[in-house]
Amino acid sequence: MRLEVRTNVPLWAQGLAPVLAIFISLVLCSLLIIWAGKPVLESYALLVNGALGSSFALSETLTRATPLIFTGLAAAIAFKAKLWNIGGEGQLYVGAVVATVLGSGLVTLHPVLMIPFLVISGALAAGILLLIPTLLKNYLRVDEVVVTLLLNFIVLLFVNYLLEGPIQDPMSMGWPQGRPIIDEGQLMPIMERARLHLGFILALVAAIGCWVFMKFTLWGYEIRSVGLNPQAAKFSGINIHRTLIITALLSGGMAGIAGVSEVAGLKGYLTLDMSPGFGYAGIAVAMLAMLHPLGVIASAIFFAGIYVGADSMSQGMGIPSYIADVMVAVSILMVLISMLLVRYRIIRG
Amino acid sequence: MSSALHIKGVTKRFGTFVANDNITFELQQGEVLALLGENGAGKTTLMNIIFGHYVAEEGSVDVMGKTLQAGDPKAAIEAGIGMVHQHFTLADNLTVIENIMLGSESLWSLTTDKVSACNKVLKMSEDFGLQVSPNAKVSSLSVGEKQRVEILKALYGDAKVLILDEPTAVLTPQESESLFETLRLLVAKGLSIIFISHKLHEILAVSNRVLVLRHGALVDEMQTADADKQRLSSSMVGKDIAQPLAEKLPVGEEIFSLANVSVKSAKASARLDNISLNARRSEILGITGVSGNGQSALADVLCGMLKPDAGEVHFNADRISYFSAASFVDNQIARVPEDRIREGVIGEMSLWENAMSEIYRKISRFGFVDFKKAKQFTNELIEDYDIRCEGIDQEARLLSGGNMQKLILGRVLSQNPDLIIANQPIRGLDVGAIANVHERLLEARRSGACVILITEDLDELLSISDRVAVMCHSKLSAIYNANEISKTQLGSLMSGGSIDNNKPKPKEAVCA
Repeated sequence: MRLEVRTNVPLWAQGLAPVLAIFISLVLCSLLIIWAGKPVLESYALLVNGALGSSFALSETLTRATPLIFTGLAAAIAFKAKLWNIGGEGQLYVGAVVATVLGSGLVTLHPVLMIPFLVISGALAAGILLLIPTLLKNYLRVDEVVVTLLLNFIVLLFVNYLLEGPIQDPMSMGWPQGRPIIDEGQLMPIMERARLHLGFILALVAAIGCWVFMKFTLWGYEIRSVGLNPQAAKFSGINIHRTLIITALLSGGMAGIAGVSEVAGLKGYLTLDMSPGFGYAGIAVAMLAMLHPLGVIASAIFFAGIYVGADSMSQGMGIPSYIADVMVAVSILMVLISMLLVRYRIIRG
Repeated sequence: MSSALHIKGVTKRFGTFVANDNITFELQQGEVLALLGENGAGKTTLMNIIFGHYVAEEGSVDVMGKTLQAGDPKAAIEAGIGMVHQHFTLADNLTVIENIMLGSESLWSLTTDKVSACNKVLKMSEDFGLQVSPNAKVSSLSVGEKQRVEILKALYGDAKVLILDEPTAVLTPQESESLFETLRLLVAKGLSIIFISHKLHEILAVSNRVLVLRHGALVDEMQTADADKQRLSSSMVGKDIAQPLAEKLPVGEEIFSLANVSVKSAKASARLDNISLNARRSEILGITGVSGNGQSALADVLCGMLKPDAGEVHFNADRISYFSAASFVDNQIARVPEDRIREGVIGEMSLWENAMSEIYRKISRFGFVDFKKAKQFTNELIEDYDIRCEGIDQEARLLSGGNMQKLILGRVLSQNPDLIIANQPIRGLDVGAIANVHERLLEARRSGACVILITEDLDELLSISDRVAVMCHSKLSAIYNANEISKTQLGSLMSGGSIDNNKPKPKEAVCA
């Protein structure tokens, strides 16, 4: 079997392919539901209802999507430059730590200044964290996949230490949890009787900002050039090292804001289980969005919807909630296959 | 004479593109049949069908009167078809004899009879003038020697029909001449040869009959005795192409020079050894050499991609001390990279994004790309340089080689550079596109620019250069006036000899 490049794929086919892929993945996952001995359509109805069925369900989905949008953008931007940042999780926690250190009483400003101050500091710190592997890649050709991945564990252990000591909440009665963010630094809720907060708006703005940055600015052009063909980029005079540094600051920054937004928007204080792998899930979100910043919004909401919906499906039907992980994994596989089939046709012989 | 190979009505399509259109011909025994055509005319596709790499939609291939199983390279080899590819298919870390035996020995036998194989090879190499030393590592061989190994490998498999795909592309003139001698010996022994090329003088020198392919179809057939360059080239291209001519211009002032430039490297091909040259306005300085003799390193220095370890580079009376692509671009040095696809364009980006790749900072506003100016610039290039495309949003990878080169040339020449570095600018282009590139370079020369042309094509070198020099073993020869040096003299410089003596004889080969 061989692959041959398709020419002239119509736009509708490119748009339809991922939708069809997600449909197929739902069909495949229904086999698991049948295996669990539960009615398929009813289960899926519960899932959709749990994710989108009421304004509360919707708000939960969007709350869940907020950190995924940020970490998805982090992966999308870095991958555009072929900087393989697998360290979103660590960068997220660095953002959260910085927000805790600065936002729990050390600095007090009016909210109009306090919130941007926390967001920018968290982003900066996380960006600087990603600079370590990037500089190692630039000057010593160290593989960034390994370094970013391992830094996740280092950061997590460090956060663990901080939560047991320097930034531990004295009122927590010994629980490893951080001092709470002061009121001025809290990202205020944007819906009544729901957890949805300002972070979601920030995420939308960030996605649009990233899109504008990548598409319209000189730096965005340089990042895309370096990712698509570093030799040609270098030959035409683009400074690859500098471009990767800009990419790292932006990508790490986005993952850092995810942490700020979770601490200052959702929880109010930092705990070790704050992120159930948002940093890693961001990679999948970005892949599903085909690395397009605006696509990240839709893709993150889709992921969040499946997770939130699967929770209510498992409660209502008694199906293990792990099925959400399977569904997400299968739909990513299907979307990747559909992308392949849109670009190439398979030829036998 | 009987027919060795009979191609019957072969048609091959890739999507809607017809690569081979109902092609029928016979190859007689003991004949050298030349297959002439531009790049993309369908020569290589046809050979891949004969050799079983592709399956044709229609038609069949007969060898010695028997129809060949389609799509099976093994059947083709067993039927006696030997192929020498344009790009060698040898294992570098094995010896000559091991390469030759590779694939012909039984999978189930633990021992190999190297000595008898070696004797067979030595006998063949003597019969056909293919000197090689059987125990040498392939990695230590020159390009010409590697090609001899390829031919021996095909003969070792008892080939009756030998197909050579652009065999002289990598050879010096002397090596080409000795290849032709070998081919004559082979046909005298009854082999039949298909010789694929787009170099007219070689086809006239070596073949008995010529077939011309154009856009996938067989458009002309003639006995070589009746052919001449004019007829061949017009039937290959479909129209007459005027060769651009370098008219005489007054000698310009010197604007660019290298003095004792050296680059150290563990790899011999990346080394430069004490290179000095000077280049003037209104001239084309041609530099040639067998590939792998340091031209790439020289081109990298000239393009600002590599900082020399020693020596000085002067441009417009200033010493260049900072080597980077960006600073060379800022200095208005036009650079045409060796590898269009890898260094020249970003294939997945649009034409306009590629067109602005050296000027996007100049036309930016507040850190934003000025789309309007970039697109306008691209439209001007398409107009001025006659780039055939579907529009400025087309991806660059979809351009043909010639049009891609027009884009790259247009991008830099439109900035009115004083110095142009063109590295292998016509590699892989067809006759029409070559004429176009040369016309552009000559136009720049007329307007007073200095052009440094690095090429492996001696026809190109001698047809448009004012002065020429040869790279060999990381050293640059003296610079000669192009009209005072012959191809033979260039050839001996390319192989490390001097201008008035020939290449040293190869060593005697023995079996260990």
